[in-house]
Amino acid sequence: MSELTPPVRDRSVVQVPKLSMRDLLEEMVSGLLGRPGRLVLTALGTVLGITALVSTLGLAKTAGNQIVSRFDELSETRIVVSPSDNGFGGQDATSSIPWDAELRVARLNGVVAAGTKSDVDVSGALSRSVPVVDPLGINEHQISVIATSGGLLNAVRGDIRTGRYFDNGHSDRADPVVVLGPAAAQRLNIFRLDTQPAIFIGEQSFTVLGIIDDVAREPDLLNAIVMPDGTAREFFALQAPAEVHIDAAVGATSLLANERMTMTVGGTESNMLQIALTPDDPESLRTQASQGYTAVRQDVEGDVNALFVVLGAVSLLVGGLGIANVTLVSVLERTPEIGLRRALGAARRHIAAQFLLESTVTGLLGGIIGASVGVLTIVAVSAVRDWTPVLEGYLPFAAVGLGAVIGLIAGTYPALRAARTEPIAALRSS
Amino acid sequence: MRQVGRTFPGPSPVEAFKPSDMKIEQGEYVSIVGPSGSGKSTLLHLLGLLDRPTTGHYLLDGIDTGELSDNARAGMRGSRIGFVFQSFHLLHHRSVLENVEIAQIYNRMPRKERRERAINALERVGLGHRLKFTPRTLSGGERQRVAVARALVTEPSLLLADEPTGNLDTEMSRDIMAVFDDLHHSGLTLAVITHDLDVSQRAERQVRIIDGTLHNS
Repeated sequence: MSELTPPVRDRSVVQVPKLSMRDLLEEMVSGLLGRPGRLVLTALGTVLGITALVSTLGLAKTAGNQIVSRFDELSETRIVVSPSDNGFGGQDATSSIPWDAELRVARLNGVVAAGTKSDVDVSGALSRSVPVVDPLGINEHQISVIATSGGLLNAVRGDIRTGRYFDNGHSDRADPVVVLGPAAAQRLNIFRLDTQPAIFIGEQSFTVLGIIDDVAREPDLLNAIVMPDGTAREFFALQAPAEVHIDAAVGATSLLANERMTMTVGGTESNMLQIALTPDDPESLRTQASQGYTAVRQDVEGDVNALFVVLGAVSLLVGGLGIANVTLVSVLERTPEIGLRRALGAARRHIAAQFLLESTVTGLLGGIIGASVGVLTIVAVSAVRDWTPVLEGYLPFAAVGLGAVIGLIAGTYPALRAARTEPIAALRSS
Repeated sequence: MRQVGRTFPGPSPVEAFKPSDMKIEQGEYVSIVGPSGSGKSTLLHLLGLLDRPTTGHYLLDGIDTGELSDNARAGMRGSRIGFVFQSFHLLHHRSVLENVEIAQIYNRMPRKERRERAINALERVGLGHRLKFTPRTLSGGERQRVAVARALVTEPSLLLADEPTGNLDTEMSRDIMAVFDDLHHSGLTLAVITHDLDVSQRAERQVRIIDGTLHNS
C-alpha cells in the first residue's frame, strides 16, 4: 500500500466549501445521464409543449402568409377611380368620368384591363323572363342593373359560363342586350342560351348574351343584370360612368395611382389615371388602390395566432408541471445522495444549484428537441399542402430559451426542498 | 468534547446525550459501544458536525465548532471528517473511482490531484484493480471498502464509522477491520461506533455509552 502525500492544508484555518462550475456541470451531467430513461420521460412534456408552440406559431404564420399572398395579389393590382366626394357633393352630382374612360385608361402602360361600372337606376322596374305580365308577380323580381363597358369583365377578373360578354360595339349601338350574373340568371330561370332567351326590365326586352361564371372582384355583379353603358344611357338615362375599375400589372399600381409619380399639372399633384381621364380637372376624381385587404389579413393572422398561442401555452404549462413533478420525485428518491453530499462537505447552495441545473438542462434539452420537431412539422405540413413554409427566425431560439426557463422555474421548488434536506434524516433513511 | 450534551426539545424534552467530556487524541483508535437507543447515533452526529450540541463545546483540531456557520461546518465535514456508513451510501451509477473522487469536489482539491489521490486511497483499501467497476457489481465488503477509501481520500482529521460492519458477514467484517487496523497504524484517527463487541475490541480504547451517559474504560 502506498502512502498518500502528507496533507498540505493548514489545519488551523476553517475553509468554506467551494464547488467549481466545471465540477457542478460534471455532477449535473452524471446526475442526468445516470438515469437516461427518466431524463427522456421528464423532457417529454417540454418537448411536446415546445413542439406544439413552435409548429402552431409557424403554421399560423405560414397559413397567414398564404392568405396574405392571395389577398395581396388581388389587392395590389386593383385600382378604382371614382368621382371625388368633395365639391358638388353627393350622388346627384354628375360624374366627370368620360364614356370612353376604358379606352383612355387602357392606353396607359401597366394597365392590364380596365372597364367602367355604374349602378343603373331603373326606377323600381321589375325584371322577368316571360313576356306576360303576371298579376300575381310571382315571376317578377327586383334585380339590380349594372352598366359596364366591354372591358370590365377582364378588369374584375371574371369568367363567362356560357355565351359571351358584350363588347363596346354593343355599347356604341345601344343594343338591347344583357349579361346575367349567375345568381340573377337562376332567379330568372335562364340556364341555356341556345333558345336565345330574352328578359324584360319593365316593358323593355333585352337579349341575354351570356351568363357570368364568377368574378374575383366586385361580387355584386353576380347578382345583377349587366348591360352595356350605351344601352343604359339609351334606355335608363345613365348620365356618366360611376367608377373605372382597373386591373394593373403587378408592381404598376403605385406608378398609376400615386400622385408623387407624376408631374404637377396646374399647381396640383395628380396621378396618371386622373390626368388620362379628366385632363381639365384631375382633382374631380379619386383613386383607390390596395385598400381594405391589409386589415383583413392582419385580423385573420391575429385570430389564428391567438388561438394557437393559447394551445401552445397550455401544453407548455403541462410540460413544466411534468418537470416539476418528476424533479420533486427525484429529489425525494435521491435523499440519501443529498445526505451523502452534505456529509462530504457540500453546502446547501451546492445541492440547490445541482438540482436546479439538472432541471434547467432537462428543459433546455426538451426545448431543443421540441423546436427541431416543431420546425420539421412546419416543413412537413407545408410540403403536403404545397405551401411556402414561413417562420420567424428568432422563434426556434426563443423556444429553446423558453424550454430552459420552464425547466428553471419548474426546478425551483424541488431544488429548495433538496437544499433544506437535513443530512441526518437523509442518511438514516435506507 | 467539554461538557457536550444534546437535548431534543419538545413537550417532554429528551436528553439524548447527557453533558459529558471526551477526548480523542490524534492517531487514536477509539470504539464507542452501547445498546441501541443509548445515544450512539446522537454522539455520531455531534462528532460528525451533522448536529449541534445544546450545551458544551466540541473542539476539532482545536477549533470550537459551536461558533461556526452552517457553511463553515460543511467545509469542516468536507476536509476534516471522513464518514463510513452502515449502508455504504455509494452512488450506484458512478464508477468506483468516481465515487471516491466525489469526496474531493467540495473542498478545493485541485482537479489534477484528485484522480491520483483517489487511486491511492483505493489501493490502500486493496481495490486498485476495481477502479472502473460500478458498486452494483461489487460484494458488500468491497462496497464498504470503497466507502472507506472515499472517507480517507480527503486526509481527514477524524474518520467516523457508524456500524461499518452492520451489513456485512463475519468474513467481510474481518476484512474491514483489517483495513481499519492498517489505517490506524499509518496514523489516522478513528472513531468506530458499533454494538459488535468483536469489532470494538480491535480498538485501542473503548468508550461505553449507556442511557446517554459516557463511560470511559
